[in-house]
Amino acid sequence: MAQKTYAGKTVDVNEEDYFTNPSQWTKEIAVEIAKEEGIVLTEQHFAIMEFLRNRFNSGEALSIRSINHSGVIDVKTFYQLFPGAPLKKATKIAGIPKPVSCI
Amino acid sequence: MSTEQNYPIKKVNIICAKGAIEDVYATLVMGNGAVMEGIETNLFFTFFGLDAIVKNRMDKLHTAVVGNPALRLPGGLRMPTLLGVIPGMESFTSWMMMGEMAKLDIPPVSEFLDLITAGGGKIFACKLAMDMFKFKKEDLSEHVSGILTVGEFYAHAGGEGSQIIFT
Repeated sequence: MAQKTYAGKTVDVNEEDYFTNPSQWTKEIAVEIAKEEGIVLTEQHFAIMEFLRNRFNSGEALSIRSINHSGVIDVKTFYQLFPGAPLKKATKIAGIPKPVSCI
Repeated sequence: MSTEQNYPIKKVNIICAKGAIEDVYATLVMGNGAVMEGIETNLFFTFFGLDAIVKNRMDKLHTAVVGNPALRLPGGLRMPTLLGVIPGMESFTSWMMMGEMAKLDIPPVSEFLDLITAGGGKIFACKLAMDMFKFKKEDLSEHVSGILTVGEFYAHAGGEGSQIIFT
């Protein structure tokens, strides 16, 4: 099991740097991972990451469509907040495993 | 370094020429998946595939129940092709398929186009097929970026790491 150090804390990650233990995540850690991805986190980023973490914790599948039901932001804003591959980036920064969904 | 990392797919251009549920969804799932990966995405709808971007048809697609040897009844038995001629069978089967897809959080066609374009994916219609079926621009979803000739499609499809996929 690989480990990485963010904000002075050591966390467990897989070979793609996704968290394997989401309970090790903190907001300070998120800020540092986001920096690696070239993203400066805002309140909106944290709000949608909280939605993703809650959804993950309740065992629901994460899909791009589910963002529209978040009540936080729509999909278009999601693509702007996490440019490129938003669901992959957002879950990585939010300290949860990479989604396995195709949609 | 694997081959995929050395030569990443940077752009996909997906052509959809058929209008059955499975044809259109193959295009939409592949297209949306590409957008989600940060790959530049162009979808090109032609011939019967145009139904997927015609406003009053897009959410009423059907699947073939006659001459579809892979079609099975709930439980796994093959569906005899002659059953397909029973009135309402095609609508019923299509409704069942859409229901099964909805359970997997696969959206209706109109919403799928919303998702794809929200992520920057582009949707195009084929000029020749538009002329042939006598469709006008107003008949198409507002997500359609343009009506292209074959030459224009190839011009859009160019670039390093670009792929053309015919579904």
